[in-house]
Amino acid sequence: MSAFWSAWITVITLAVILGCAWLLLATRRSEPHKEATEETLGHSFDGIEEYDNPLPSWWLNMFVATIIFGLVYLTLYPGLGNFKGVLGWTSANQWEEEMAHAEEVYKPIFAKYATMSVEDLQAQPEGLKMGQRMFANNCSLCHGATGAGAHGFPNLTDSDWLYGGAPATIQQTIANGRQGAMPPWGAVLGEEGVRDVTNYVMSLSSANHDADAAVRGEQQFQALCTACHGADGKGTQALGAPDLTDNIWLYGSTFEKVSHTIRTGRNGVMPAHKDLLSDDKIQLITAYVYSLSNK
Amino acid sequence: MIKHETIEKNVGIMILLIILVISGGGLAEIVPLFFSNSTTKPIEGLRTYTALELEGRDIYIREGCNVCHSQMIRPFRAETERYGHYSTANEQVWEHPFLWGSKRTGPDLARVGGRYSDDWHRAHLYNPRDVVPESKMPSYPWLFENKLTGKDTATKMRVLAKLGVPYTEEEAAAAKEQVEGKAEIDALVSYLQALGKTHSVYNNKR
Repeated sequence: MSAFWSAWITVITLAVILGCAWLLLATRRSEPHKEATEETLGHSFDGIEEYDNPLPSWWLNMFVATIIFGLVYLTLYPGLGNFKGVLGWTSANQWEEEMAHAEEVYKPIFAKYATMSVEDLQAQPEGLKMGQRMFANNCSLCHGATGAGAHGFPNLTDSDWLYGGAPATIQQTIANGRQGAMPPWGAVLGEEGVRDVTNYVMSLSSANHDADAAVRGEQQFQALCTACHGADGKGTQALGAPDLTDNIWLYGSTFEKVSHTIRTGRNGVMPAHKDLLSDDKIQLITAYVYSLSNK
Repeated sequence: MIKHETIEKNVGIMILLIILVISGGGLAEIVPLFFSNSTTKPIEGLRTYTALELEGRDIYIREGCNVCHSQMIRPFRAETERYGHYSTANEQVWEHPFLWGSKRTGPDLARVGGRYSDDWHRAHLYNPRDVVPESKMPSYPWLFENKLTGKDTATKMRVLAKLGVPYTEEEAAAAKEQVEGKAEIDALVSYLQALGKTHSVYNNKR
């Protein structure tokens, strides 16, 4: 703040406070009576008159107390322009103190778990509980409070993994995120082609399907889909391409839903959390997620 | 010495004195902020909203999102642990109007950008209970049907430029083309994904 504005604030603030003090003293001094009196101010409205009494002293003292409070406050805390206050308080350094204190308390706890492997953490109920709390705060909006997922957001409690369920893979998924890349095939296949391939995909998990269409669809599946989903449709975890044979569906199992997926593609995104959460926290969340399907 | 009887019986003097008393606070607390570096200089590397994000911001205002969601992370550990670095005034110098909000029925959104996927935002805005069963947020299905015309986007940018937001005439001229025909949901989601992402000064790791 420039010296001008600092002076501006200081002068106006002190002038207002001193003005209040002056007003109080001036009106006090001009009072004709120092004690309670029967005399009135002389006006009468509907027969109601007003005594000409001085302010009660408790009331007057409250005014004085607020003025003193104001001056003490401005001495201790920042308020008068560039004057920092005797205590040197700022909201930012109060926050830093709070953070430093938390670091002192929680760092040893996190440090204890940071050296353990995810497998070893499975035997640490407190560590898993911490992971569960952080999961609830950061992950449950998409994956659900229990980790059971939602339409388009994977269920973490089953043994079916898009990218793999090994601890290191889960950790990587949380830290770096994932970007699904199922391209739209509607334009390539045409409506009939989409219908045929859908029938074939449905047949892989023995769902209701039209066998003739599935035979036609298989040829197109072998030409277009195997690069990611594999010749047997069992998927490729390195690419996040799901297993189509297990009757677990991220985007719905109905004919309509499956054909929509084939027609328009899917691009599910898991946001990267390495810039949001510390490594120690990601470690504990990983352990919790791992525990969901490895009881 | 003015007697209070004189003040009570002369409304003009009374108004004058009231203005004098009230303006003390405004002059000392508000006026200097218009000239302070911390409130008028943008944070390093701050970018403006794109045309689509700007339209999304107006939908955010129209739907009253700021009534239930704040955009103001206070400097308390409980908040920075959840939302990221506390908000500062120099992040907000191009916000017209400010959308700080004053109440949190839902969470703070100041740094919500990048935390959830676009798909999640779409599912959540269509029907929040599809992804968060406990949610009491209203559904906004019409955002998926309504299309932007882009009729006023350029004007909005020019007005913001007058208020000091560094939009160029070229950006304003190209704005309509960038938003026309887009669904309102696309605009709103792109705005939400931009929140907290218009500069990268702060470390939001926690």
